[in-house]
Amino acid sequence: MRDFGKGNVAIVNNDVVLTNRILADDLRNWLKRISVQVCNVLVAPEICKISNHVGGNMRSKLVATLAGVFTLALYSSMAVGSKYNFPEPQSIIARETYDMHIWIMWICLAIFVGVFGVMFYSILKHRKSVGYKAANFHHSTTVEIIWTVIPCIILVVMAVPATKTVIAMKDTSSSDMTIKATGYQWMWGYDYLQGEGEGISFFSKLSTPRAQIENKAPKGENYLLEVDNRVVVPVGKKVRVIITANDVLHAWWVPALGVKQDAIPGFIRDTWFTADKAGIYRGQCAELCGKDHGYMPIVVEVMEAGEYTKWVAAQLSASAIKTSMHIENK
Amino acid sequence: MAAVHGDAHGHGHDDHHPSGIMRWVTTTNHKDIGTMYLWFSFAMFLVGGTLAMGIRAELYQPGIQILEPELFNQFTTLHGLIMVFGAIMPAFVGFANWQVPMMIGAPDMAFARMNNWSFWLLPVAATLLVGSFFVPGGAAAGGWTFYPPLSTQGGLGVDLMIFSVHILGASSIMGSINIITTILNMRAPGMTMMKMPLFVWTWLITAYLLVLVMPVLAGVVTMLLTDRHFGTSFFNAAGGGDPVMFQHIFWFFGHPEVYIMILPSFGIVSEVIPTFSRKPLFGYSSMVYATASIAILSCVVWAHHMFTAGMPTVGQLFFMYATMLIAVPTGVKVFNWTATMWRGSMTFETPMLFAIGFIFLFVIGGFSGVICAIVPIDIQVQDTYYVIAHFHYVLVSGSLFALFAGAYYWIPKWTGRMYNETLGKWHFWLSMFFFNLTFFVQHFLGLAGMPRRIPDYNLQFADFNMISSLGAFGFGLTQLLFLYIMINCIRSGEKAPQMPWDGATTLEWTHLPTPAPYHSFENPPIVK
Repeated sequence: MRDFGKGNVAIVNNDVVLTNRILADDLRNWLKRISVQVCNVLVAPEICKISNHVGGNMRSKLVATLAGVFTLALYSSMAVGSKYNFPEPQSIIARETYDMHIWIMWICLAIFVGVFGVMFYSILKHRKSVGYKAANFHHSTTVEIIWTVIPCIILVVMAVPATKTVIAMKDTSSSDMTIKATGYQWMWGYDYLQGEGEGISFFSKLSTPRAQIENKAPKGENYLLEVDNRVVVPVGKKVRVIITANDVLHAWWVPALGVKQDAIPGFIRDTWFTADKAGIYRGQCAELCGKDHGYMPIVVEVMEAGEYTKWVAAQLSASAIKTSMHIENK
Repeated sequence: MAAVHGDAHGHGHDDHHPSGIMRWVTTTNHKDIGTMYLWFSFAMFLVGGTLAMGIRAELYQPGIQILEPELFNQFTTLHGLIMVFGAIMPAFVGFANWQVPMMIGAPDMAFARMNNWSFWLLPVAATLLVGSFFVPGGAAAGGWTFYPPLSTQGGLGVDLMIFSVHILGASSIMGSINIITTILNMRAPGMTMMKMPLFVWTWLITAYLLVLVMPVLAGVVTMLLTDRHFGTSFFNAAGGGDPVMFQHIFWFFGHPEVYIMILPSFGIVSEVIPTFSRKPLFGYSSMVYATASIAILSCVVWAHHMFTAGMPTVGQLFFMYATMLIAVPTGVKVFNWTATMWRGSMTFETPMLFAIGFIFLFVIGGFSGVICAIVPIDIQVQDTYYVIAHFHYVLVSGSLFALFAGAYYWIPKWTGRMYNETLGKWHFWLSMFFFNLTFFVQHFLGLAGMPRRIPDYNLQFADFNMISSLGAFGFGLTQLLFLYIMINCIRSGEKAPQMPWDGATTLEWTHLPTPAPYHSFENPPIVK
């Protein structure tokens, strides 16, 4: 069973340092490779041109500035598929969100390089200390119209895919099963309302021992992201989640499944997901709900259809035993 | 210079003023009141900063070390409230007090006595807010947005916070009515609206926003108060109310509030960049229109703070489009600043460094703003550290950096003394370094799934949190350097030349001596 809730970096106490070191090495090599290429292609001719004008002293400053800008650029592009980004998406909505984010990051990066390329060129060349005399222009209607219209076009380009995803994520119709999640101070309650597993009902509480929180015991891999009873769902089925709360606001959030919805006392909201792969996906309450807001995680376990059927049978017979005991006690 | 009274004449006026503490309590002089606003906001900045240090100390490592969860929540709540209402907003009012009359050629603010009152309300409100830590149950712990029903649960601290917000709101409304009246009625002959310095324009628009939204905030906290104590059910579903309605009303105030804190920064930066580029501001009128468009748009985007609260598809789409649209006038501003620098003759004194730092980092905050506007992405990053990073990029490296730029820029005019340029540059570079160390990594924390307002976290977030905490401690210490620079300047700075910045063109530099006399422009200058 794979565990996707924690990103790709496995962290088990002693491995932390090692993992970080491996990451850092990868990063360094990668940076070196890319920056050499970038320098050859883009930077070098520019440096020669400018250094002819401003002399050798300027050159080192220019290199430093450009290096800074490119480091920042690489820093952001490096994000793909690492702990610098969203967790690996496990549903269609999460996938679309992930791709949209990457794609908008590239647009932002292009604008960033464009705007600050101009600005830093200006900072280097149009300075009093190199004897540059100020011009006196102060407006140009044409230029101003151009730089109003171009951002509008870019925004439309961004808005189109976003609109499609919004419409898709709001469509909770024709689901295969429905689960109600209720936020309490400070745990989650789940009721399987419809579909396979109907009638199952349980609470889900943080299972991290108090000693770990108080630093009296070593912290485990799933520190604060583990519960006593996981929400179990079948793979590939459209699950509609109805969300409400019992006391204050909470929010039901599982990043890898692309789902976050506030839980509002007295009102019902809904959302949906279809998990692509079996696995365990972890999330947390995302709306401040008081003292133990940080201690009410959400853990969704996605099972293959057969295993899920077995799990449902076990749950239902257990609850049948519980009910009959209840009746006998009466 | 004709606008200024001769020395003997000027002293004649001052003789009637009380001295010592009573001078400050009874003063109606815009410069005295401006000074008090600035010192007050810096004191609040240190208090709010201390709370931030507490938060980052707790988050330095996983596990609970210093602050128990309940106290941690009080720290985050009061950090937000104090920084927004106690530090950033009064600091801008302080700048408006000092600068607006001098920049438009007026002798003082329109309502001088009300000006005194709007300042002296602030220490009262601050006492209630900070004092709430010491009442039974402690301070409010429901976040600076104090969403019910959680804020209905709190103790006496929440009530103190509500009264404090009422008082701060009254102070802001009085301050902004004063600013509007001053700007509309007391401009020197010849200074038409479209000749006003951009700082004055941005404050005029900000003041209108304040008058529009502060009563809404007062209303919503009053409803919260009656829900808590008088049996109403505005926000209680069991009594027919709706907790989400609170969020709508709060953010109807809250989003324009964000622009209240950034528009005057745009004004300061629009004064500093042309001065140090020795070139007029590019696209003055489009800057004015952009500011006005941002203000109008800011009133119709509030629900983008609530994409996860649940709303109809058309609602989400409308608020997404409206929010994205704000990028256009904001972009125009950034392009105009760049065009102002283009082919200028730039020097890089501390005010200019902070102004450039402002543009650079504010644009990063703008990009993450566009990303947050996209509904599917926002739903993922809502209430995570990504949002924390985003709004600190626009509030700290935005508003605060602009305030620093303004302070270094005008301190020679205010005191007649120069600050230490070397230390000023150290202040800038250290702030720049530590700010990014603190907040850049928080983007990654948010993307990877760390919620905000939690005192403890999974081990996968440990390294970035440690980096962020170290950055925050550095940033906090660096601001003590600013305090030192300012005190050093006021006490023993070198005498400032009449015109310390050769590119400055606004009235306070061209028509008044340095330092500016206690009473300036008793006879208005003629603006051509």
